[in-house]
Amino acid sequence: MNWDWDYVGSMMPDLLDGLWTALLATIFGFLLALVLGLVFAILRRSKTAWIRVPIGFIVEFIRGTPLLVQLFFLFFVLPDFGVQLSPLASGIVGLGVHYATYTSEVYRAGIDGVPAGQWEAATALNLPARRTWTSVVLPQAVPRSLPALSNYLIALFKDVPQLVAITVAEPFTVARGIFADSFRPFEAITMAGVLYLVTAFVLSYLGRIVERRYGTVRV
Amino acid sequence: MSGEQVGLLVDGALFTLWLTLGGAAIGLVLAFLAGLARVSSSKVLRAIGFVYVEFFRGAAVLVLAFWFVYAMPMLGWQFEPVFAGMVALGLNIGAYAAEIVRGAIQSVPVNQYEAALAMNFSSWQRMRRVVLPQALVAMIPPFSNNIIELLKASAVVSVVSIPELAFNGQLIWSGNGQAAAVFGGLLVMYGALALIFTIIMRLLERRAARSVGRQPDPGWWTRLRRRSEVPA
Repeated sequence: MNWDWDYVGSMMPDLLDGLWTALLATIFGFLLALVLGLVFAILRRSKTAWIRVPIGFIVEFIRGTPLLVQLFFLFFVLPDFGVQLSPLASGIVGLGVHYATYTSEVYRAGIDGVPAGQWEAATALNLPARRTWTSVVLPQAVPRSLPALSNYLIALFKDVPQLVAITVAEPFTVARGIFADSFRPFEAITMAGVLYLVTAFVLSYLGRIVERRYGTVRV
Repeated sequence: MSGEQVGLLVDGALFTLWLTLGGAAIGLVLAFLAGLARVSSSKVLRAIGFVYVEFFRGAAVLVLAFWFVYAMPMLGWQFEPVFAGMVALGLNIGAYAAEIVRGAIQSVPVNQYEAALAMNFSSWQRMRRVVLPQALVAMIPPFSNNIIELLKASAVVSVVSIPELAFNGQLIWSGNGQAAAVFGGLLVMYGALALIFTIIMRLLERRAARSVGRQPDPGWWTRLRRRSEVPA
């Protein structure tokens, strides 16, 4: 078994394209998770049990079941209902919804951390619910949640290889295509794995910087 | 759904259980080795523990499984796919759990170490008789999160053709084409498995809390009973 650098060089452009797709899935999936997670967190605090309980159940269910099966569900079931998503779009929705259930817990902790006095003050000032959330609670809760949220960006990136199962052209899908032609899986799989590892380390380093800089609440 | 398909699902669920338990066993051993290494006084051991944790927390299960199954045979040795999947799961979850072990050991109050030292315990006795019994109680709740993560991660190894629940589900779907029923059913089955694991871990947690003389929080059953007893 010898390592063939020429072969590695010839497949790098394709693998890097794959990495770009993986990063796109990460970024858009994470944005969806950030927004949807906040929605879940707020709905789970609703005064109406008819909203609170079903949303709670859905969130717990999504969090307790594998992302991979959820991706299958999105990719193979939605077309039966006339919704045809591209593989990448299904991947982004799957990752986003799955991670929204995690980020909603982070937001919940952040919201719980807002002192009761702030809620009471908002009531005393007769602020409507919407104003209480947008001007009082969230500006304090969201910065508190940032450090933990950055961890989930990295976790989400590490789940991107699972998109291989729904044929998104990420590095492993690309690698599989390459070694199907060349019958040399060793370099292809190793390089795809190395790309993921290196990117994950870079992301976690960046995450640490973000955490150090913005992790504290300025009042 | 035909009997054959039900059989596939049951086999798949058992396989998933087997993968999860096997992965958990490997992970638990690695977690204790690496966790203890990270709190050891030897610099070399600490470095080894650190490298293990950082590397395998960074490497996704699928990456490891792919590498074990497709790339490693080129180096001349080969894992059985099922064992490869189990090892990939164990290496990954072990790295997460090692941090829990380390945190729990460090959360035992310093006085406890000092008291054990004052009583002339050897370092092994200190760990075995004083620190670990207390640290174990703190480890169980985060471990129960880990085991759910592991259960979910076990679906990932279906990608390297291990006949567990998700893989068998795909087989059934390619046979009958009823995507909604098959994949919806899979999700429900995983949800049920997760629920079972959660209940078992919750019971363990309460037992462990009692073993160090702590009164566990009342469960939903006790709360319900008390509410009916105590007039408001």
